[in-house]
Amino acid sequence: MTNADGAGWRRRSVVAVVPPARPRKLAKVPFVELADGRLQGVVSSGSDVERVYVSSVTAGTHGYQCSTNNNRPCGGLRGMPCKHLHALADEAVLQYGVDRVARYLRVDIGDGLADGSELLARLDGQPEPASAAVVFSRFLRHLSYLELPVSTVVLPELHWFPATGAGR
Amino acid sequence: MRGAQVARLRAVPAGLSDALDVVAGFDDALTDGFGRIGDRGAAALAGLADALAGTPLAGPVTAAVDAVTAGSIAPEHLAALAGARSALLGAAHDALLGQLDEALGRTRSPWTTPTTGSGEAPLALAGARAWWHEVAVTGWRGVDHEVLSAAAGVVEASLAVPELRRIAVLLDGLAAELRACVPVATMAEVPARRWADLWARGVLLTQGAPSTGEASTVSGRLLPLGVDVHSHDTAVQVQVHAVLEPADGGPALLVRTAVAAAKVDTIVGPAIWRLLSGHPLLLTALAERRALAVTDLPLRGGDLGWVDDRVQLDEPADPFATARVLLPAASAAATDPLDRHPTGIAEPVLVEGAAIRDEDGTLAVEVDGERVALAVDRLPAAGPLTADLVAAASACLGLMRWDDDRWLLQPLAVRAGVKRRTVQAHNGDWACGVTDPKVAKEEARAGDAVAVLRERAGRLLRR
Repeated sequence: MTNADGAGWRRRSVVAVVPPARPRKLAKVPFVELADGRLQGVVSSGSDVERVYVSSVTAGTHGYQCSTNNNRPCGGLRGMPCKHLHALADEAVLQYGVDRVARYLRVDIGDGLADGSELLARLDGQPEPASAAVVFSRFLRHLSYLELPVSTVVLPELHWFPATGAGR
Repeated sequence: MRGAQVARLRAVPAGLSDALDVVAGFDDALTDGFGRIGDRGAAALAGLADALAGTPLAGPVTAAVDAVTAGSIAPEHLAALAGARSALLGAAHDALLGQLDEALGRTRSPWTTPTTGSGEAPLALAGARAWWHEVAVTGWRGVDHEVLSAAAGVVEASLAVPELRRIAVLLDGLAAELRACVPVATMAEVPARRWADLWARGVLLTQGAPSTGEASTVSGRLLPLGVDVHSHDTAVQVQVHAVLEPADGGPALLVRTAVAAAKVDTIVGPAIWRLLSGHPLLLTALAERRALAVTDLPLRGGDLGWVDDRVQLDEPADPFATARVLLPAASAAATDPLDRHPTGIAEPVLVEGAAIRDEDGTLAVEVDGERVALAVDRLPAAGPLTADLVAAASACLGLMRWDDDRWLLQPLAVRAGVKRRTVQAHNGDWACGVTDPKVAKEEARAGDAVAVLRERAGRLLRR
């Protein structure tokens, strides 16, 4: 494998194209992803185990949103990102590294940032409507991987995907 | 493995470079897309047809190349092209493995398992086939969010059918890479060989339900050599390489057996072992370095099917001793023709009396003055092997791999001098829990990712 700089990729079969996620605590923010042109994820409610918040920041415009999975707007969202958005940004930085998150959102981080909250401080977006249902269903699909029936089929194609020491 | 054996790997098998050049031309054409094939792409495809002249594929491949060049691609044309590319790399696999077998003095029984015709094709297969077709027309450079959301649908449908697990896992791994690279058109260099490998395999796998073939059964004592860990965001597989001493007194066999589980991207490092807790005897055998008594396990080529209730724990067995005493005489088996590709080469070897050299940050093992590069980027975070530990090794049990025009040794276990003590470390040491106090403490601090997500799934999924 090679570093993810792309040099010498053309004629190699085994290349770490995407660095694997870095380990992080999942209790507060069980789901984070860079997908559909957004940093989006699910944040567990601090007070009610049955409730989760769906938070997102759009790449480019930096519009943000936070609501419960039943589309009830988050009470903490008063013209500025709520604590759920801060938690989401912090965990995204842990999982992907600040560079990858900033590149995806198209944020200029200049001389570097310490955490997700500093990243949020550099955004100049406004609250904007976003569908919590889409993100929440992606989260449920994500969870459903852990419920897949066991298959004993050998997977020879995984020789293209060796486990690495990344995140050690 | 001795220096004289390493030296015999230096020669490049006849025809290998030419075959790989033809493959590279094809891969560049696929990067641009068969939907808008230029002069260079047409020449590359003609080269592929030339390379297959005189083989049973010659007719279908020539027809396919003509169709692509004329701009009218039917599904059977892509199947022929994928087959042609796979045949070339299959031949490369055979040449390289033949070279390695000769160097090691390893005997290999030919492939005899009959390949049964494909059974009825599940509906999800048609969707998968259509997706591989679409990306071939678009090319990697044309992959956009629309193509990727179509892939997500195909993955979901294939995951629901256990027989299509190979297709689902392959496509999910590729789609994650494409998603991270979109827009691919702006990438400086596309991993053309890699993605074309996965494309060709995907096309072949969607030609029908994968044939299972008739498996014979085997009983005896299974002595693990080491474990190779594979994973991408949503799948993990551990493949144990082992020597099987058949109960009927037949010659020892070099086999491998694998178990896999679905996962999510946030389950990484030692946590992956918890996903495999349904196979406790395999994990215990790895963690405690013990042999297993196996009864009537299915054997297809060198692939031993794992069946939990036909296995019992046996005495402790040092993998280094197994490699020294039993591996040299163990007989290997040929690979399923569909799976033949240089990337699939993973042959256990033992290197003793070796020195580890650091050449500009790249580790290599040197034995009798001959060097092999070490694939230290294949040391899984799920186990105790690190580049530092490997650098201190005096013996290494690993897998011979081939990529990027060279042989590499992927360590599965090392014997190393640490603080004037000789220690052994194996990839599977943490299969039943992390034994390194420092790493265990970090693990405990991060919490049990699997348990957290299962709790969330239990609360949120069934409502």
